[in-house]
Amino acid sequence: MNNADKKRVLREMLFARRFEERCYEAYVERNIGGFLHLYPGEEACAFGVLEAAQPGHDYVITSYRDHVHAIKSGSDPRHIMAELFAKETGVSKGRGGSMHLFDLAHRFMGGYALVGGPFPLAAGIAKGIQMQGGDEICICFLGDAANNQGTFHESLNMAALWNLPVLYVCENNLYGIGTRIDRSTAVVDQYQRVAAYNIPSAQEDGQDFDLVHEAATKAVAHVRSGKGPYFLELMTYRYRGHSMSDSNAYRAKTEERMWSGRDPVIILRDRLIEAGDLTLDEYKDMDTAILDEIEDEVIRYATESPEPNIADVEKYVLAENDPWVSGGVH
Amino acid sequence: MAEMMYWEAIVRAHDEEMANDPMVICMGEDIGVVGGTYKATSGLYDKYGETRVIDTPISENGYTGLGIGASFLGVRPIIEIMSVNFAWLAMDQIFNTAAKVRYMSGGQLQAPVVIRSPGGTAHQLGSQHSARMEKVFMGVAGLRVVTPSSPRQAYGLLKSAVRCNDPVFINEHELMYNMKGEVPDDEYFHPLEGSEVVREGRDVTLFGYNISVHWCLQAAAELSKHHGIEAEVIDLYALSPLDREGIRNSVSKTHRAVIVEEAEPAVGVGAEVMAIINEECFFELDAAPVRVSALHVPIPYNHALEKAALPNANDVVTAVRGIFGV
Ligand SMILES: Cc1ncc(C[n+]2csc(CCOP(=O)(O)OP(=O)(O)O)c2C)c(N)n1
Ligand SMILES: [Mg+2]
Repeated sequence: MNNADKKRVLREMLFARRFEERCYEAYVERNIGGFLHLYPGEEACAFGVLEAAQPGHDYVITSYRDHVHAIKSGSDPRHIMAELFAKETGVSKGRGGSMHLFDLAHRFMGGYALVGGPFPLAAGIAKGIQMQGGDEICICFLGDAANNQGTFHESLNMAALWNLPVLYVCENNLYGIGTRIDRSTAVVDQYQRVAAYNIPSAQEDGQDFDLVHEAATKAVAHVRSGKGPYFLELMTYRYRGHSMSDSNAYRAKTEERMWSGRDPVIILRDRLIEAGDLTLDEYKDMDTAILDEIEDEVIRYATESPEPNIADVEKYVLAENDPWVSGGVH
Repeated sequence: MAEMMYWEAIVRAHDEEMANDPMVICMGEDIGVVGGTYKATSGLYDKYGETRVIDTPISENGYTGLGIGASFLGVRPIIEIMSVNFAWLAMDQIFNTAAKVRYMSGGQLQAPVVIRSPGGTAHQLGSQHSARMEKVFMGVAGLRVVTPSSPRQAYGLLKSAVRCNDPVFINEHELMYNMKGEVPDDEYFHPLEGSEVVREGRDVTLFGYNISVHWCLQAAAELSKHHGIEAEVIDLYALSPLDREGIRNSVSKTHRAVIVEEAEPAVGVGAEVMAIINEECFFELDAAPVRVSALHVPIPYNHALEKAALPNANDVVTAVRGIFGV
C-alpha cells in the first residue's frame, strides 16, 4: 500500500473518529437514545482489516459497537446517523438503532447486541458462500469478552470441521464492560485459545494501521484461498467508556495515558508526516473539512429526515404477502 | 392417496424440497448417516451427500445460529433439534436473531429457516425429556409456529415452511412418528395459517392441536354415543398466528368451548384461545370456556404419576359433561 492510499485511509480513520465524537454530543443533546457504544481508539482494527479485504464484496458482521465497521463496509454515514436519530431514512429504517445497523446492499450483515451471537451467524454466512461457490469471505469482528461464550467454541469447531471461509477478528480492548480480561478469562492471549480447534491465528498490535493491515492481508489470503477459518487477535483500547453511562472508574489512569499515547490516528499521521507525504497544516485542514462535512451533511441529513410512520409499526414482523402461508400458488 | 407414516411423510417432504432447490439443506444431530432419531431424514444422506445433509456437533445454539446465518444468503436450512427439550439451548439464536432480524434490519434481512423438533411427552422419559414448549415459541413475534396432527399435515406443513420466507418452528410429537395416515399422491402444500374442522358438531367446540386433536376426536365419539352431545373438533395446526376467525366462527355456532392442551395450563394455548374467545365472541357464550391441560408439574418418571400429570380423552369427556351438567 502506497502513501497516497494511506493518506486516504488516514482521512477515513479521522472521519470515523470525528463521527463517533459527534455521536457522543448528539447523545448528550438527546438526539440519540438507548445504548451507544463508541469506537475511538480502535479504528486501526476495522480499517486495517477491511483495507486488506474487499468491503462491499466480502460479508461483514459484528457486535453492537458497529458504526465504523458499517461505514468502512460502504454504508453512507448520513444513513447511519439517521439510524441513530431513529429516522425512516436510517440504514435500518429507524427500527434498529445504534446496536443494529444493517446494510445488505453493502453486505454489512448487522450489528447484534447479544455478546457472542454473531459467531455462529458468521459461520453460517460462510456456509452460504461455500454453497454459492463465490470467492467472498465472511469477516466477523467481536470483542475479547465474547470469547467466553459457548458460541465461540461451538462456532470455531464447526468452522474448522467444515472448512468455512470465515475470518474471526478479536478486537481485544482488554475489558468486557468493567471487567479486565485477566479477571474473566483463564487464558489471556486469545489467539492461543483457538489452537484447540486447529485454527491458525496471530496476535498483532491493533493501534498501528500498517501492522494490522499486514497481518490481515495474510489472514484474508488464507481464508480466501479455501484453507478454512483464521483467527486474528488485535490488541487495542477504547478511549471512552463501554457505553454512555460508563465513567471508566475501573481503569488505572496510567493505563489510560499509556494507550492515549498510542492513538491509531496519530500513529498513522506522524508516519506520513515523517515520510514527507503530509504536513501538519494539511492534516488540520483535513480535520476542519471533516468536521464541516459531518455537520453540514451528516447531522443535517439526520436532523431533517422524517420519523417512521407510526402506522407502519407492524411492518417487517413477517414476510409480506408470502404465497406459501396460504398453501402456495398452484 | 397413499397411506404412510408420519416420519415417512416428513422424509418425503424433505426429499421433494431438496430435489426442487439445491439451496435446501438439512442439519441436526444424527440426521445424516443415522437418518435421524425418528427416521425423519432417512435416506437423504446417501442421496444428497454430506454438504447438504449435515450431521452437526451437539451444539444446539451454534448450529441453529449457523443455519440462520446461512439463510441470510438464501440457503434454506431445515434444522432438526433432536428433542424440544434441547431447543432451550438454541433459544438465543431462535428468538434473538431469527425472529427479530427482519424487523430490526428494516426488512433487509430475513431468516427463512425451518426448525423441526419433537415436542410432547412420550413414555417415562423423565422430566428433562418431556417438555412441551409450543407455548414458548408462540409468544414471540416474528416466528411462525405450526404443529402437525397427521402425516398429511406433517408433509404439507414442512413443504410450505421450507418455501415460506419466515422462520417456522414445527412442533412434532415423539408418539406420532409411527402414526399412519393418508397423504395426497400429488405434491401438496398445507397452509401455515388457519385451522381445520375435523368433526362437525353443534353443541360444543373442542379445540386441539397435534396429539390432543386425537383425544378430542375420541372424546367426541364418546360424547355422541353415550350423552347425545355433538362436539365440533377444531384442529389448531397453526399456533402462531392463531386462527381468530376459525375460533370465532365455531364458538359462535356451538356457544361452548373446551381447549385441550398437553402442556401445563399457565400461559398456554388454552389461555390464549380463551382470550381470543373473550375478545371475539364473548356474548355468544352459553357457558364459561374450560381448558383441559397437564398438571403444573415437571413430568415424573413413575408411569402412574406420569399418567396422572397428563390429560387424556376421558378428561375431555369429563370437562364437557361438567359444562352440560350431565
Ligand atoms: C449475552 C449477553 N450477555 C451480557 C451482555 C451485556 N454486555 C454487553 S457488552 C458486554 C461486554 C462485552 O465485551 P467485549 O466482548 O470485550 O466487547 P467490547 O464491548 O469490549 O467491545 C456485556 C457483558 C450482552 N449484551 N449479551
Ligand atoms: Mg472488550
